Amino acid sequence: MDRLLLVLTIASVVLIAAVLRSLRRERIRVEHSVSWLAAAVALLALSLSPGLVNSAAGWLGLAEPAVALITAILVVFMFVFYRYSRVVSELKDMNITLTQRVAILEHQVEKRDGKDS
Amino acid sequence: MSTSPANTNASTTLVLIPAYNEGASIRHVVEEVRRTCPLMPVLVVNDCSKDATASEARAAGAEVISLPCHLGLGGCVQTGYKYAYDAGYKSVVRIDGDGQHDPRDIARLLEMLETRGVEMVIGVRAAGSNGGFRTSLLRRIGISFFKLLLRPILGRSVSDPTSGFVAMNRRALEVFSLTFPLEYPEIEALVVLQRKAFRFEEVESVMRPRMAGRSSITPVKSVYFVLHVLLGVFVNILRYDGAHARGQGR
Repeated sequence: MDRLLLVLTIASVVLIAAVLRSLRRERIRVEHSVSWLAAAVALLALSLSPGLVNSAAGWLGLAEPAVALITAILVVFMFVFYRYSRVVSELKDMNITLTQRVAILEHQVEKRDGKDS
Repeated sequence: MSTSPANTNASTTLVLIPAYNEGASIRHVVEEVRRTCPLMPVLVVNDCSKDATASEARAAGAEVISLPCHLGLGGCVQTGYKYAYDAGYKSVVRIDGDGQHDPRDIARLLEMLETRGVEMVIGVRAAGSNGGFRTSLLRRIGISFFKLLLRPILGRSVSDPTSGFVAMNRRALEVFSLTFPLEYPEIEALVVLQRKAFRFEEVESVMRPRMAGRSSITPVKSVYFVLHVLLGVFVNILRYDGAHARGQGR
C-alpha cells in the first residue's frame, strides 16, 4: 500500500509538472489544462493521506485500501475522459460546420468567377 | 415544353447528388438527370473523393461543391441542403450517385410532394418486380428490423426507411439544414421529421443495381450501423417534444 501511494504521489507530481510545462509552452490551452490539474491535485492529496484512503475503504466495505485507491483513480479519470469526449464532439461539430461553409463559399466564388460549369 | 412536375418545378427545385468515389458512374447519372429534368439544376456534393468524381460531374454539366475533408454521407448531404436553403430553393430531390435511382421517378416524387402537401416524399423499392435488383440479406434484415422499430415511433408503417431517394419541401429543408444526422442519416432523419410533426409519403420507384463500385457496408459495419442508428433513434426520442407526440398530423 505504501509503495502504491508513493507511485501515485510521483505520478501526480509528474502529471502536474507535465501540464504546467505544456501550459508554459502553449501546447495546451488553459481551459483544457484545468481538468488535468484538478485530477492530478486530487490524486496527489489522496496519495498523501493514507488515513483518507483507509476511511474510504471502510466506507466502501473493502478489506484492501489499495482497491479503494484504484477505484478513486478510475473515477477521477473517468470524468476527465468524459469531459474530453464532449470537447472532441464539440470540436467535430465545429469542424463539420466550417468544412461545409468553406466548401459552399468556395463554390460560390468559383461560380461568380465563372469557373464552374 | 412538358408541363410535368419535373419541369413546372424546374426553377425552384434542386437535384442533389451526394457522391464519394463515384467517378465511374457519376457522369452517366448526371447526364441522365439532365436529360430527364432538363431545366433543373443538378448539384453534386463531392465528399473529398479520391477519384475523378468532381471533374466527371462537371463534365456532365453539374454544379459541384467539393468538401475539403471527407465528412461521411450525412455531412455531405447536409452541405447540399444548406446550399439549397441559402440559395432559396423551394424543394430538393436527393438521389444517389451510383445510378440505383431512376431519375424518371423524380417527377412522381415532386407531384406527390405538391398534391399531398407533405414535407417529404420517399422513393421506395416497388413491391414485387425490381428490375432484377435484389438487396443483400443483411440489408433486408436491417430494413425489417428498423421497420418494426419505427412503426410505433412514427405512428405509421414505412416500407424502406433506408432509402436515399427523397424529395422535400422548404420546411423540411430548413430543418435538415440546421440538424441532420451525420452517419447513416436516413432512419434518424425520419425521427427528426416526426419530432417536428412533419409528414411524409412514399412513392414506389424502380431501384437498379449499382452502375459501378461496391457498397461500403460490410458485416462488421452492419452491426455498427444497427447500434449507431438505434442510439441515434433513442437520442432523438429523448429530445422528443411532447407537443409533437400526437402523430403525423398537425
